[in-house]
Amino acid sequence: MLEITISHYLTVAAILFTLGIVGIFLNRKNVIIILMSVELMLLAVNLNLVAFSSHLNDLVGQVFAMFILTVAAAEAAVGLAILVVFFRNRGSIAVEDVNMMKG
Amino acid sequence: MIEALAFYIFSSIAVAAAFMVISARNPVHSVLFLILTFFNVAGMFVILGAEFLAMILVVVYVGAVAVLFMFVVMMLDINFVELRQGFLNYLPIGSLIGLVMLIELATLFGSWVVTPVIANRGLMPTPSPDITTNTHALGNIVYTHYVYLFQAAGMILLVAMIGAIVLTHRNRPGVKKQDIGRQLNRNPANSVEIRKVEIGKGI
Repeated sequence: MLEITISHYLTVAAILFTLGIVGIFLNRKNVIIILMSVELMLLAVNLNLVAFSSHLNDLVGQVFAMFILTVAAAEAAVGLAILVVFFRNRGSIAVEDVNMMKG
Repeated sequence: MIEALAFYIFSSIAVAAAFMVISARNPVHSVLFLILTFFNVAGMFVILGAEFLAMILVVVYVGAVAVLFMFVVMMLDINFVELRQGFLNYLPIGSLIGLVMLIELATLFGSWVVTPVIANRGLMPTPSPDITTNTHALGNIVYTHYVYLFQAAGMILLVAMIGAIVLTHRNRPGVKKQDIGRQLNRNPANSVEIRKVEIGKGI
């Protein structure tokens, strides 16, 4: 119990990832919360990578965590920009209205 | 001992804050709890020995992404009460899927055993903190073996930046702006009108 192993970190990451998934299901109408849930899931993945990097004594995991951080930042920027444009056109951010284009 | 104590504090606060992110009524509170989660996960990164990533997490996530979220939440005038309708409808199916997912992941990760053979046989062994810092070691790898990936990451950020600007930029009519092409294309023939004014009369 007092010895912190890799399983502890993986369990915390699993809980964070699950909370992200549940957040997407619960807040089906609010795109902002959905984007925040996606950020939570990416954070859990980063925690996994760093835990394994530390456990296996291999730096590559941290390099990849850095790249995931980059992609997460880019995704948040583009996602929020799309959200702003959508709000400008529709006056709401309800996800149900997104399929009006029937693309 | 102190490591275990710090781990339990950081992880419990991180999980509680993550729970509040998805269940808070006000999205502004959600963003603030997201920042709290990031800080605590950064603390766990420090325990794991990834100091550079911990600082990057605080700078990039808390300083940029979370502030961007806060900016959008406050800029858009949204009726959040309306958006929360259906929260209880989705609660059973959402928690069921979450529970199944959590049990699967916990049984998988809880019993994870890494053979001692592959430990310390990684591609890039972490140097001892006595010799070099984590930031130094990471830089030695990123700028040599992963330089192309590093450049690609920079390109991704550039494309995202340009994409966000192109998406949100709009031409508003009535705003006076300098257009050098139009300025250079002017000639006296179509911009100056010469009239003969008779003495004692106006135009």
